[in-house]
Parts: sequence; C-alpha cells; structure tokens
Amino acid sequence: MSEALRLEFNVAGNNFISAGSASDEVKKTLKMLGIGAQFIRKVAIAMYEGEINMVIHAGGGRAIVDIFPEKIKIVLQDEGPGIPDIELAMKEGYSTATDNIRDLGFGAGMGLPNMKKYTDEFLIESEVGVGTTVTMVVNFI
Amino acid sequence: MKINELVKNLNASVVYCEDAEREVIGGYCGDFLSVVMGKAPADSGWFTIMNNQNVAAVASLTDVAVIILCEGVKPDDLLRSKAESVGLNLITTDLSVFDAVLKSGL
Ligand SMILES: Nc1ncnc2c1ncn2[C@@H]1O[C@H](COP(=O)(O)OP(=O)(O)OP(=O)(O)O)[C@@H](O)[C@H]1O
Ligand SMILES: [Mg+2]
Repeated sequence: MSEALRLEFNVAGNNFISAGSASDEVKKTLKMLGIGAQFIRKVAIAMYEGEINMVIHAGGGRAIVDIFPEKIKIVLQDEGPGIPDIELAMKEGYSTATDNIRDLGFGAGMGLPNMKKYTDEFLIESEVGVGTTVTMVVNFI
Repeated sequence: MKINELVKNLNASVVYCEDAEREVIGGYCGDFLSVVMGKAPADSGWFTIMNNQNVAAVASLTDVAVIILCEGVKPDDLLRSKAESVGLNLITTDLSVFDAVLKSGL
C-alpha cells in the first residue's frame, strides 16, 4: 500500500451553516485526483451523513480522512453522548432528532443506513458518556 | 429533457441556473434529506418543499440536475447564495409537488 494523503477536519457542533464543509472538501480533493464520479458520490454522501450526525447528535467532532490510490478511509470521532443501542440506531427510520431538527430536513433515521449502504466497510463503535467512532472505507475499484 | 424545457412545462421561475441545457433524467420527490440522499438518482429532478441551505448540500452531493421548489416555496437567502456559489440549478413553481410531477413531462 502506498502512502496516503491525509486530511483532517474539526466539525463544529450544532452549526448548520458550516455543516458539510468537510465532506465538500473531500469531494473536491477526490475530483482533483481524478477519482470516478460514482465513487465520489458514495464517499460524499456517506461522509456528509456522518458529519451531520456529529453536528446534530454529538456537539461536533473530528474527521480524519486517508486517501490511497485504491481506496479512501474515513474516521469520524466524537465525544458526544454515545449510542446506547447501536442495532436500534442502525434501523431505517429510527431517530431521536427533535422537531426543530426535523424542520431542517434531518431526522428521517436514514443516515446510518445510508452510510452502510454507500460504503464497502462500515464500523460503528460507541460508548455511552464517552463518544462514538465511525470508520468507513470506500474502494475505488 | 433539458432544464429550460422543464422550466417552460412548469411555468417555473429560475432562481439560479448554472446550465439550462443540462439534461434531466427522471425525478425524485422528498423532503427528508437523508431519504433523498439514499434514493434520488444522479441527473434527476428533485421536487421538494424544503428551502434551507442543506438542500444545496444534498443536491450537490447527489448530483441531481435541478432542484424544483414546489408549492410556491421560495428559497431562503442562504440556499439562494449557496446555489450560486456551488453552481446548482434551482427553480420554483407554484404548483403542488403532485401537479408539478404531472406537468413536468419527465
Ligand atoms: N455521532 C452520534 N452520536 C450520538 N448519537 C448518534 C450519532 N449518530 C447517530 N446517533 C443516533 O442514532 C440515531 C440514528 O442516526 P441516523 O443518522 O440514522 O438518523 P438521524 O440522524 O436521526 O436522521 P437522518 O440521518 O435521517 O437525518 C440518531 O437519531 C441518534 O440517536
Ligand atoms: Mg443522521
């Protein structure tokens, strides 16, 4: 495996104006590197969902992105409240979002299922009171 | 169908159009952003009544060809400016989502 290009971002909590800027940056970088549009779409959607989850549910967090010639690895880390029941959280339609979050168009409970759907590897680890880490890999082949 | 034909069919107002000649293939109706991200095909027309800046992010990520704001909904200032800066195609119509789809000819 050759050397990775690493990008790191701080994701601000509860800020819907800056939300999405990290995934936007990754999308631009992949485009510049000449990665195929169908892969960029998967990466951008999965990362945006994860970024938005940190913004809404965790008071912000960090994104560490490693780009290799053949794949991308995205790690999203937060020190939010954690997820008590991951299996439940992964269910389509399950959401704890409040009404004012729903008014913004979030809270369908489809974010985590989308992240799983659009990635080749998806791992979510969470501890209540400690935080959540999501690791995603998308292969460019 | 090209975006300018769609504008005609819907008697729509153009908020911002980066590329009126862009081809629109099919469509998707929805307001929950992650449902749209899971299901809207690239190059389709997205019919919605959601009008905040996150709509611009989702349209750009999913690479839909055009956002059609229905029911007389107008974009808020942030959505308008983001559509311009990202280079999206954003139109509005007074038609309901249902009627807009029927009249679109898509
Ligand atoms: N980083 C996180 N920290 C704490 N809780 C989380 C985190 N990510 C997800 N959750 C929990 O898992 C639930 C399901 O997440 P998911 O992204 O699928 O749906 P949502 O964010 O509620 O709505 P949508 O993503 O459709 O807008 C959330 O409602 C929340 O309770
Ligand atoms: Mg979510």
